[in-house]
Amino acid sequence: MSAGQLPRWVDFGLIPALNLIAAFFVSGLVVLLIGENPLEAVEILLWGSLGYGEGIGFTLFNATSFIFTGLAVAVAFHAGLFNIGGEGQAYVGGLGVAFACLALDQYVPWWITLPFAVAGGALFGAAWAFIPAWLQATRGSHIVITTIMFNFIGAALMGYLLVDVVAKPGSMQPETRTFEDGGRLPLLDNLIPGDFFGTSQVNLSLVIALICCFLVWALIWRTRLGYEIRTFGANPTAAVYAGISPVRITIVTMLISGALAGLMAINEIMGAQHRLILEFVAGYGFVGIAVALMGRAHPVGIVLAAILFGMLYQGGAELSFEKPAITRDMIIVIQGLVILFAGALEYMFRPSLVQLFSFAGAPAGQGE
Amino acid sequence: MFETYLHTMILILDSTVRLSTPLLLACLAGLYSERSGIVDIGLEGKMLGAAFGAGAVGYMTGNAWLGLLAGIGVSIFLALLHGFASITNRGNQIVSGVAINFLAAGLTALLGQSWFRQGGRTPPLPKEGRFQDIELPFAEQLETVPVIGPIYSELLSGHNILVYLAFAAVPLTWWILFRTRFGLRLRAVGENPAAVDTAGISVVWLRYRAVIACGILCGVAGSYLSIAQSSGFIKDMTAGRGFIALAALIFAKWKPGNAMLACLLFGFLDAVAIRLQGQEIPGIGDVPVQFFQALPYILTVILLAGFIGKAIPPKASGVPYLKERT
Repeated sequence: MSAGQLPRWVDFGLIPALNLIAAFFVSGLVVLLIGENPLEAVEILLWGSLGYGEGIGFTLFNATSFIFTGLAVAVAFHAGLFNIGGEGQAYVGGLGVAFACLALDQYVPWWITLPFAVAGGALFGAAWAFIPAWLQATRGSHIVITTIMFNFIGAALMGYLLVDVVAKPGSMQPETRTFEDGGRLPLLDNLIPGDFFGTSQVNLSLVIALICCFLVWALIWRTRLGYEIRTFGANPTAAVYAGISPVRITIVTMLISGALAGLMAINEIMGAQHRLILEFVAGYGFVGIAVALMGRAHPVGIVLAAILFGMLYQGGAELSFEKPAITRDMIIVIQGLVILFAGALEYMFRPSLVQLFSFAGAPAGQGE
Repeated sequence: MFETYLHTMILILDSTVRLSTPLLLACLAGLYSERSGIVDIGLEGKMLGAAFGAGAVGYMTGNAWLGLLAGIGVSIFLALLHGFASITNRGNQIVSGVAINFLAAGLTALLGQSWFRQGGRTPPLPKEGRFQDIELPFAEQLETVPVIGPIYSELLSGHNILVYLAFAAVPLTWWILFRTRFGLRLRAVGENPAAVDTAGISVVWLRYRAVIACGILCGVAGSYLSIAQSSGFIKDMTAGRGFIALAALIFAKWKPGNAMLACLLFGFLDAVAIRLQGQEIPGIGDVPVQFFQALPYILTVILLAGFIGKAIPPKASGVPYLKERT
């Protein structure tokens, strides 16, 4: 163990845990500030999200969306790209899902519609990521800025389409018509015996999300393309010397990233809303950044982080119901703090830990 | 006929000035930060925080100046947080900016609801809690003079002090950046921090001063929204203006004079969009209002792609500075 190095379990376990604790500690202070008891709030939050079947169902439903957007951000991370456009890609992806469902729902059962909807969501999401990727790869414009701009352009585009183009005929509501059964994913509650999940919307797309986790793991750590992505992310210059095309890697990675973000719409559109509505992404694309940061861009970490955020969302809803003073905006505060401590202040505790470990490790060493 | 056209035009330009002001202030704020090498996508959050601080204090004290001070205070606090994360801890500047946007959006709504119980908004501000419009001298007398009269009395006169402050900040920023020693060093630290360090100047302190300047200007921008343009804070009232300011900053290629022009252009697009809502443009037909909303972003993307000139950011922007130790 050389100077400044820490054991793996500290780097991958202790430091993220400390960051998370710091984030929750500050969140607790915020709860105190508005005159409520933080411990009581935690109790309600845990009970609301894990205490009963329906709560667990809603937690998993939220987690499904977070897995998709988290994976999207993580895949781009591995190539050293910061895809901040998950929001827009998921939104436009919803259009692809809706097209598939609207075209097929009256004629075929859901399991025939599903592959087309998956393809539609992935394709539209990828298409929305392609332009920033292409601009970064060939014209040198910065991916962070272009994807931010594309979030807004996407919102304007979808606003226009929903109001003026694909809106339900004869309706003033900015939404498509409701899908028939052929455009609806079965709820998990209907697939397992008993009435465990109650009225929660957790549906088959959770399984798709988990499959995506496995595929992303296999892609990044078990394929040649994944190796190239990681090499490019670690050292772009060395990657070019090794014969890896930066243009190709940038575009391919962003296409995969955008496709994963677009799949988030399967859960929302096909699994829950059964129609395309305005603003259905509701910030889930941005939460993907927090999920990927906390999950250290590894699928297992992302599943855990997604469940944590799913709990925050479901428990937070319960909390605002029980304690009107703590509105749902508390979740946004907690997210901000998690992003701050787990992402931007990632290394805040590191120097003191390094000191602590070199101090503790010295007597056990070789007597240097 | 000419008179009506002139009048319409002046009305549009008048609202252009009003809509450009917060953009311009936030854009200049970003200019200081990014020129020193600290990328700031947290402009939105700082503006929102400032708008809330100004609205809340403006309501409670009934004093616009105290409101402005509070707005600036909140914004500087968030700027220092960004500085702590990205200068002292050398964290990722984009992540830090995202976090600040989240924090501001959540905290303003949460505290707003908890303090005022009106769905996250502040109660309407008393008259003294807001900045009132200022009549320039002779505005009334000149009103009847053709062409010059309406331009002077409608377009130039009758704005609040923050509007004039924003436009005065443009030459001031230019002077600070390009004519003072501080400005020279600020620009140098954004291009080559190692050289500045070698010259014995503290990179850290320079960058902190830059983000504080950014905080002050963002604070004025946010305060303008809640205690000058409207009479109180509304949840999420910045509505993406911080990102438009960021787009304007890129569009301006990180130069103060250009920043003013870019913000006026984006403000003008906004004014036209409001004006044209539900109206047909002769010869073109019905242009969806969303098109005008998206236009600043589309233009910025096209500019960034190098199709209309080239936008080259300060060389060291986004890169944390680490003094080599052996």
